[in-house]
Amino acid sequence: MIAEAGLFSLIIALFFSILLVILPSVGVIKNLSILQLTAGRYVFGQFLFIGIAYLCLTLCFLRDDFTVIYVLTNSSISLPWFYKFCAVWGGHEGSMLLWVAILSFWTLCVSQFSKHLAEEIRVRVLVILGALSAGFILFVITTSNPFLRQFQILHAHGRDLNPLLQDPGFLFHPPMLYMGYVGFAVAFSFAIATLWLGRVESAWVRWTRPWTLAAWCCLTTGITLGSWWAYRELGWGGWWFWDPVENASFMPWLVGTALIHSLVVNEQRGQFKAWSLLLAISAFSLSLIGTFLVRSGVLTSVHAFAVDPQRGLFILFFLLMVIGGSLLLFALRSQTLQTEKKLNSVSREGAMLLNNVFLFSAMATVLMGTVYPLLIDGLGLGKLSVGAPYFNTVFVPLMIPLFILMGLGAHLKWHSDCLKTVLLRLSGVAFFSILLPIGILFFCAKVINPSALLGLVLAFWILFTTLKAVWNKRQSRGLFHISQTYWGMVVAHCGVAATIIGIAVSTNYGMQEDVRVALGEQFNFAGFQFQFVKETNLKGPNYHGVQTQFKISSANRSVTIYPEKRIYNVGQMAMTESAIDVTPLRDVYVALGEPLDSYTWSVRLYYKPFVRWIWGGGVMILLGGLLALLDRRYYKT
Amino acid sequence: MNPARKHKLLKVSFLLAILALATLLIMYALRQNISLFFSPDQLVKGEAPLKRSIRVGGMVVPGSIQRSNKTLQIQFDITDYKNTIHVYYRGVLPDLFREGQGVVAQGRFNRKTQQFKAREILAKHDENYMPPEVKSALSATT
Repeated sequence: MIAEAGLFSLIIALFFSILLVILPSVGVIKNLSILQLTAGRYVFGQFLFIGIAYLCLTLCFLRDDFTVIYVLTNSSISLPWFYKFCAVWGGHEGSMLLWVAILSFWTLCVSQFSKHLAEEIRVRVLVILGALSAGFILFVITTSNPFLRQFQILHAHGRDLNPLLQDPGFLFHPPMLYMGYVGFAVAFSFAIATLWLGRVESAWVRWTRPWTLAAWCCLTTGITLGSWWAYRELGWGGWWFWDPVENASFMPWLVGTALIHSLVVNEQRGQFKAWSLLLAISAFSLSLIGTFLVRSGVLTSVHAFAVDPQRGLFILFFLLMVIGGSLLLFALRSQTLQTEKKLNSVSREGAMLLNNVFLFSAMATVLMGTVYPLLIDGLGLGKLSVGAPYFNTVFVPLMIPLFILMGLGAHLKWHSDCLKTVLLRLSGVAFFSILLPIGILFFCAKVINPSALLGLVLAFWILFTTLKAVWNKRQSRGLFHISQTYWGMVVAHCGVAATIIGIAVSTNYGMQEDVRVALGEQFNFAGFQFQFVKETNLKGPNYHGVQTQFKISSANRSVTIYPEKRIYNVGQMAMTESAIDVTPLRDVYVALGEPLDSYTWSVRLYYKPFVRWIWGGGVMILLGGLLALLDRRYYKT
Repeated sequence: MNPARKHKLLKVSFLLAILALATLLIMYALRQNISLFFSPDQLVKGEAPLKRSIRVGGMVVPGSIQRSNKTLQIQFDITDYKNTIHVYYRGVLPDLFREGQGVVAQGRFNRKTQQFKAREILAKHDENYMPPEVKSALSATT
């Protein structure tokens, strides 16, 4: 019954979203304000019924209703309850339902928090969100219905959730990522609504900015969590793999970052109007492309679920409609907003323009690397894969000038500035940010690695210039008159510096070794002494396996960690649970490979200095975004 | 040419230069860093380049896995049911590496000895999963 109720309420939700598209837009065309005012009701109805559908699916999981195929394939009786709760988004169908649910949540938020907007724009935004929602609900119902039943297998115990997903990271990573993905739909709808209306008011920025920032913060959180999860769960020891699906989340983030910056220029100088609109459209289009890439199964990746050409076709069609339609609208209408003032290239806005160019080209290179194998395969030219070396070769050279610019931009004045005086002013900072890393590397590491040095120089440059900018501002304005948004920028930029430090040091000074270890054996790695102390059997709720004890000692510290090898009962799938000794300055990471003889294992060891800084920087970037988002200036009416 | 125009031209050419540089980088990087996928049959027939890193995929032949007693050296055969090649690898294997299952190895092929020296073994999916390349390589042969 519950599953049928879920499907039924999903269908009702579809009706509400269709109503939301049709009636208010008739109201807009015929200029009937009664019809326009009904939009809020449909939004609420849509949210309510999608919510009910979502709850129904969750209940099916919690009650172990294995006649529902989706529950059968993604859960089992012995799965702990909190994994049942989030197994809802463990497969394709459920994660699409989550996508739709989050979209309706954002729509409800827009409807609730934009009451002060002019009715004409508010209605249009809701109509566009309704259209997106209708498209996706239709997709869920027709091609990926999570409520389908089966009656062949009656006394099933469930095929269990993929063991890779049975980790606390799974509770937060997908919802946060989707919040970010789908959140760009709001900025997108504002952009389309503005084009539909045919005039860009300066208020556009004020409306879009908080929504863009909110979505961007969620996406930042999602990406950071995903990176941390991949590092600890998969036993691969890396924090970024340039996996197509990682790229799919990274591309909207890059464009979203560009959008945040161009909105600042928009607000301060009234420039970049058309460009910001285009970025808002691109950010959401990339989210859709990401969904297409992941869900259509065209890509080989950890995240790809079942392959179903029908789904791919539907999403591809939807993609063409949305992206093609919005770009066409942009092409037709963007001339009406040509009020651009002349841009002086040596100025804050000039720096922001360059920032946008670099971020956008970085996105383009990532996109290229991601879809290139598809293109070649589609043209029948063979099968190939584009790996991390490609991305490192193209991405890093684009980031270097961006980071230099990041420090410089904060010191340029709006409108126009003199490059020579600014450079002269910053020469001391530049000197220190080159000298200090050389000194640090010289004293702390025996070898000076050139790429680590480059990373550190860039990081210190960003850090020092940002702090100096704060100092200057304090002298001219006083510490307490610096706006919260400005602090947000400072924290986020320092976060970028922290991430660069983490990346530069951990990739260049990290060590890795695969060894063969017998019980009781002692060995040395990266200046630490290891001992394989003990091996015990392990029994969990839905797995069994082996837990081992490793003692790690160095001159002033001695800890014991417990790497595990689990075998999940249902699929007999082996999983590595790595164990990490964490300190702020370095990680020592032990992952069990496979048993070789009795009490002998192949073991993978990593020493990763400063690796925590990568995610620490991510958290700082998030904090910066939150500071800017919560700036009260934007909510005064 | 008036100064405003000249300025604009400079700006446009600067942007074009960045764009060209980016395109060049992409083309260069793609040339250097793609790895092509081959089946064991193609390797044996000599259709694969020998000087660069490639991927080969197929089924791990049951009973072919041999380990060294002292080190982490391992040797196994992979097949597409037409031809079989020996794969050498040293290190920790992924959790989902199993006999009779699909696997993708990245590395170089030695034509003379018919040996594939793998740098990386990929089998990082769930138990029902078959890498698409392996699937299509296998279905092409049957």
